[in-house]
Amino acid sequence: MGAAAGAGKVFESQERSTKIIVTMGSENMKLTLKIWRQNNTNAKGRFETYTLDTVNEHMSFLEMLDVLNEQIISSKGEPVAFEHDCREGICGTCSLMINGYPHGPQQGTTTCQLHMRHFKSGDTITIEPWRSAAFPVVKDLVVNRDAFDRIIQAGGYVSVNTGQAQDGNAIAVEKEIANTAMDAATCIGCGACVAACPNASAMLFTAAKVSHLALLPQGEVESPQRAQRMIEQHDAEGFGRCTNITACEAECPKEISVEHIARLNREYLAASIGAVR
Amino acid sequence: MALQSNVPAGELSEKWTQYRSSMPLVAPNNKRQLEVIVVGTGLAGGAAAATLGELGYKVKVFTFHDSPRRAHSIAAQGGINAAKNYQNDGDSVYRLFYDTIKGGDYRSREANVHRLAEVSTNIIDQAVAQGVPFAREYGGLLANRSFGGVQVSRTFYARGQTGQQLLLGAYQSLSRQISLGNVQLFNRHEMVDVVIQDGKARGIIARNLLTGKIERHAAHAVVLGTGGYGNVFYLSTNAMNCNVSAAWNAVKRGAYMANPCFTQIHPTCIPVSGEYQSKLTLMSESLRNDGRVWAPKSKEDARLIREGKKTGRELREEERDYFLERRYPAFGNLVPRDVASRAAKVVCDEGHGVSPTGLAVYLDFADAIQRYGKSRASTLNEHNASEARIRELGTAVVAEKYGNLFEMYEKITGENPYVMPMKIYPAVHYTMGGLWVDYNLQTNIPGLFATGEANFSDHGANRLGASALMQGLADGYFVLPYTIGTFLANEIRTPKIDPNGSAFLEAEAQVNERISRLMSIQGNQSVESFHRRLGHYVWDYCGMSRSAEGLAKGRQLIRELRDEFYRDVFVPGRADEYNPELEKAMRVADFLELGELMMVDANNREESCGGHFREEYQTEDGEALRRDDEFAYVAAWEWNDTEPILHKEELVFENVELKTRSYK
Ligand code: SF4
Ligand code: FES
Repeated sequence: MGAAAGAGKVFESQERSTKIIVTMGSENMKLTLKIWRQNNTNAKGRFETYTLDTVNEHMSFLEMLDVLNEQIISSKGEPVAFEHDCREGICGTCSLMINGYPHGPQQGTTTCQLHMRHFKSGDTITIEPWRSAAFPVVKDLVVNRDAFDRIIQAGGYVSVNTGQAQDGNAIAVEKEIANTAMDAATCIGCGACVAACPNASAMLFTAAKVSHLALLPQGEVESPQRAQRMIEQHDAEGFGRCTNITACEAECPKEISVEHIARLNREYLAASIGAVR
Repeated sequence: MALQSNVPAGELSEKWTQYRSSMPLVAPNNKRQLEVIVVGTGLAGGAAAATLGELGYKVKVFTFHDSPRRAHSIAAQGGINAAKNYQNDGDSVYRLFYDTIKGGDYRSREANVHRLAEVSTNIIDQAVAQGVPFAREYGGLLANRSFGGVQVSRTFYARGQTGQQLLLGAYQSLSRQISLGNVQLFNRHEMVDVVIQDGKARGIIARNLLTGKIERHAAHAVVLGTGGYGNVFYLSTNAMNCNVSAAWNAVKRGAYMANPCFTQIHPTCIPVSGEYQSKLTLMSESLRNDGRVWAPKSKEDARLIREGKKTGRELREEERDYFLERRYPAFGNLVPRDVASRAAKVVCDEGHGVSPTGLAVYLDFADAIQRYGKSRASTLNEHNASEARIRELGTAVVAEKYGNLFEMYEKITGENPYVMPMKIYPAVHYTMGGLWVDYNLQTNIPGLFATGEANFSDHGANRLGASALMQGLADGYFVLPYTIGTFLANEIRTPKIDPNGSAFLEAEAQVNERISRLMSIQGNQSVESFHRRLGHYVWDYCGMSRSAEGLAKGRQLIRELRDEFYRDVFVPGRADEYNPELEKAMRVADFLELGELMMVDANNREESCGGHFREEYQTEDGEALRRDDEFAYVAAWEWNDTEPILHKEELVFENVELKTRSYK
């Protein structure tokens, strides 16, 4: 998969080298990092190269970047901006393209859960932001994913007000169905699917929500309209068409299945032919 | 000033219903004229903003995250309590109320806790209606599990991601209100001050994190659902960006901070592995349903394990000390968090710890795998199942219940917990203290409300597992949207608040001053390094055990650190651009003050209760010694840089008898 896959924008790179020395730990790894630096959305980006001499295999990938930033700061430089929050794989904030793979090479793992024991001393690691026209770069490795919020706002909910609910056990839901809905609902909204897709399509993200809600009796009622509105928004945001390449599934840290895209298509079709389900 | 809790009169079980039906209402046409600012989009803020929007208020909601869905509520694993009694095991609203009061070591307000227990059942109904995919039984009904400190099964869950699913439910409701135009979203906006005009909270100053622009936002009332302050310890299970600043801004403007020393140290977290560590990871308390906690009986075995010459698996049954089961036979591995944490600390302090640092005990699933394996084999009519087959079946059951947690453990430690017992150690997880609020969730500043972890109200000195999600959503969906009416009903004639008023301009100028002060220091130490040192002090002197001497020393050290910070911190970049280091610097500045207040509060509270353990106050067998005659009060602190001022709210217990908490 190409590192610069995305909506066809060309990123020029210009290399510069900064030597960083870290002193800590015993079993040290030596790494070369090629990191995308870009001052703001409109600035031209470039790769910069850093060498880290002492990385510990127990560190998480982001802790390795913390160490880098501490060093940059100690020499009065500008730290590399990257986004993160929970650091346990659930909030969906972290978003790095590592050696051309969204969230790095380990399957089913977010960047923040990736540990340095999966790399070896002497490795060169390339770190870039998500590349997609719908996710403009804010700074360095940080991108703007507001488009995802707008897709959910377009219909990714059940129209129920607080206080309007009946008893939680009033409608039984088959365990298997609830499980499949839960599989879809585990999407963390990270955007790796978009970064992985040569078309920069966000269909896996969109499908995960449509499918989660379509499977449950509470969400089924408005499902076709939901699918239609969310897809319209998806397209309006500038995400690409889905052409069944399935790179998204392979890179999704929550291993969301492309079967949900099939379910989305059924709902969408139902909406466009006005079928009564 | 005497604190008015404003608890309505009447029978405990009737108070909320009666109050709700006699509360002043705001007519729909008036609601459309009234603006409310909600800060924070976790369960407590997000649910409140969505519900206020549904009710017809004009809402502005703020989050420093890029999306409301990233709030830290998302990381809650285990579950949410509700007194549904679906299991028919004798649960009731009263029992949930009683368990929470007792679990909190009798330091919370009866009426608030009872209301919480009452609305707990509505939360489950609401979440199901939103499409939250809770775990279900084969019959299609909702499943439950047990949590610490209780003897019934009342916890609802969605795998080990209950917080995520509930937050997405609230986020989706909020998104719907945004699309309907009832709520306006300000993402990547951090509140940096609250504006008080004529004694009432009338807006906030926010920093646009993308541009650095300082903005003034006005409203008739302000709600803070901004979470807890666990990151004052630097290392905690909180997300990296969790902070106290919104609440602390309020404190600096006169709001009282209640019981700040009541912090929760969660017993089952992955132990610290090195100095570079940035945060700790929790292993859900639900694991204590099936996992057994132990340490080697002999110090010699513990030493060999620490040195890597032996593994826990090799120790025979009689060489293991299941210390929770031994000390607390009635509750065993399911004692409340504070009790479990302290017990683990005691065995490690005595030299029985099992990780290289000596700070870890085991959480072992070998027995659970056996038990489930045998039961599954018999369900499948495999009566002669081999050992290996039983293990396989048992492992599958454990994987279905806790799979994602086990996976997370393996990713972090590189060890397979199905084979090797997990290593765990207590870590900071939740803060029971918070902004003082009355029954209406209003702080002592009129028009300023606090919900969820940001307030102090429901968990006393210790929170029970699966109660944080319950409180966040109770406040957000079912309490605040109605109690805020008691304030807003009197504001229907107040015209739109002008964000260009003098109070706004002054507050904005002060924020700008604070920022330029930080930017101009240009010292030599990173913000992170100050935060790390602060964390060490707070953990060492205001962590799992505290003493008058240590607290005085801790306070002194924090003071010195604060001086050093303002002399020598280095904040790179500019103020008028995206600058995460500046964001951190502003937060650490607030933590430095809060840390000091925690020391003051812990020093003042000369008793042991819940998560607050004063070495001077313990029984002969090392249990907490509570002193109800002197300390059955909420300590609400008014900030004063020289000496914070204490205001007491006496806690009145009319319905439960204060007892020594016993889980033996
Ligand atoms: S579908 Fe997967 S990759 Fe895409 S946003 Fe959701 S979790 Fe991330
Ligand atoms: S930081 Fe939350 S998922 Fe990575």
